[in-house]
Amino acid sequence: MERTKIDLWVGIFVALGAAALLGLAMKVGNLTSNTIGETYHVSAAFENIGGLKPNAPVKSAGVVVGRVAEIGFDPKTYEAIVTIKIDKRYEFPKDTFANIYTAGLLGEQYVGLEAGGEDDVLKSGDKITQTQDAIVLEKMISQFLYSKASETEADKGAEATAPAASKEGKSTELGDAPF
Amino acid sequence: MINLIINKISRLLSGIGHRMIARIWRLGAGARLFMLAIIYSGESFKRFHLTLREIYFTGVMSLLIIIVSAFFVGMVLALQGYNTLQKYGSSEAIGVLVALALVRELGPVVTALLFAGRAGTAITAEIGLMKTTEQLSAMEMMAVNPIARVVAPRFWAGVISMPILASLFSMVGVLGGYLVAVPLIGVDEGAFWSQMQANVDVRADIINGVIKSVVFGVACTMIALFEGFDAPPTAEGVSHATTRTVVISSLTVLGLDFVLTSFMLVV
Repeated sequence: MERTKIDLWVGIFVALGAAALLGLAMKVGNLTSNTIGETYHVSAAFENIGGLKPNAPVKSAGVVVGRVAEIGFDPKTYEAIVTIKIDKRYEFPKDTFANIYTAGLLGEQYVGLEAGGEDDVLKSGDKITQTQDAIVLEKMISQFLYSKASETEADKGAEATAPAASKEGKSTELGDAPF
Repeated sequence: MINLIINKISRLLSGIGHRMIARIWRLGAGARLFMLAIIYSGESFKRFHLTLREIYFTGVMSLLIIIVSAFFVGMVLALQGYNTLQKYGSSEAIGVLVALALVRELGPVVTALLFAGRAGTAITAEIGLMKTTEQLSAMEMMAVNPIARVVAPRFWAGVISMPILASLFSMVGVLGGYLVAVPLIGVDEGAFWSQMQANVDVRADIINGVIKSVVFGVACTMIALFEGFDAPPTAEGVSHATTRTVVISSLTVLGLDFVLTSFMLVV
């Protein structure tokens, strides 16, 4: 078949399209970062997992070592059972501590592993016993408000007994700086 | 008096009915043309240079408008997104915003709208003029099937070109957004790309965008072909048909986009 200029242009067009799709998959999408090698599964029970979702990262020392495989609910203990898959290259001691952290103030939640000191390592199907729940912002705020309220009550009481002393203390603490 | 009112109402109703029947007739004829284009599309792959030539005219010639508009759309998205995101102290999320908006919605939809204006009108005018100058009848006289020779190659060219143009639109738009966000505004480059990669899913976002663009390609090309085929063989008829192509294609793309998105988000 005779080669024409149109063939060349269409070839360039199709190649550009393929390159754009590849670029979208590699540079924009998560095709490259989603590949973990062989994994082993470990489960952990939490009283509250907050907003943790399947496929959330599992990090140790800030490095992604695995992902959340599955989240279930135990109807007997009323706890959330989080199954995580960890890359086979990384072994963790049996007394590893599993926490649920939040990336940033309102960011996504992830599982953080803090290695313990035991010699035995976690194997597939093992259970992490030491866990810490997700921090629920509403709970924290209500606790803060509660403690703040009791604090001011106590302060009022203290001020009533020795008003002059507390005022003097404050002024020396701040100095004369025009705040 | 009463007779006059009844007469008017009946004329109004019959007018509405007449228009509805005409619409339904056109819908049926369009569906028939679509089926015929599929049935007779063997020819357009056997003699692929016919399709190649149409890909050149609908796809390659649309490259400039697609790339330039994608660039500006990406830049404007980054500017507008930054303006709001920095109020919440999360200006790094600008990459996610630009990429998701382009890959999921703007890439396929704006490409389809531009495609309808740039390539759809050309197809309608060409076929309408072929019909006006009786080239289609001449083909039939020579025992050449005009659907296999004229309609099917254009149809497949549109269907092939649309996803390519849409992925180019998304990619160039992301680059435009990058250009505004990173060198111009000063968002951290690593955060820009890594947040984007963490939140854009290949299957749920990119592949769905490509599926959308294929569907829009079928719809836009088919509407343009049918309007050309259906145009009255006069100068006025062809001009009306060209206008209708743009209007109907745009409305169909926007309507289909809602339907497809609701399916994709539920599944």
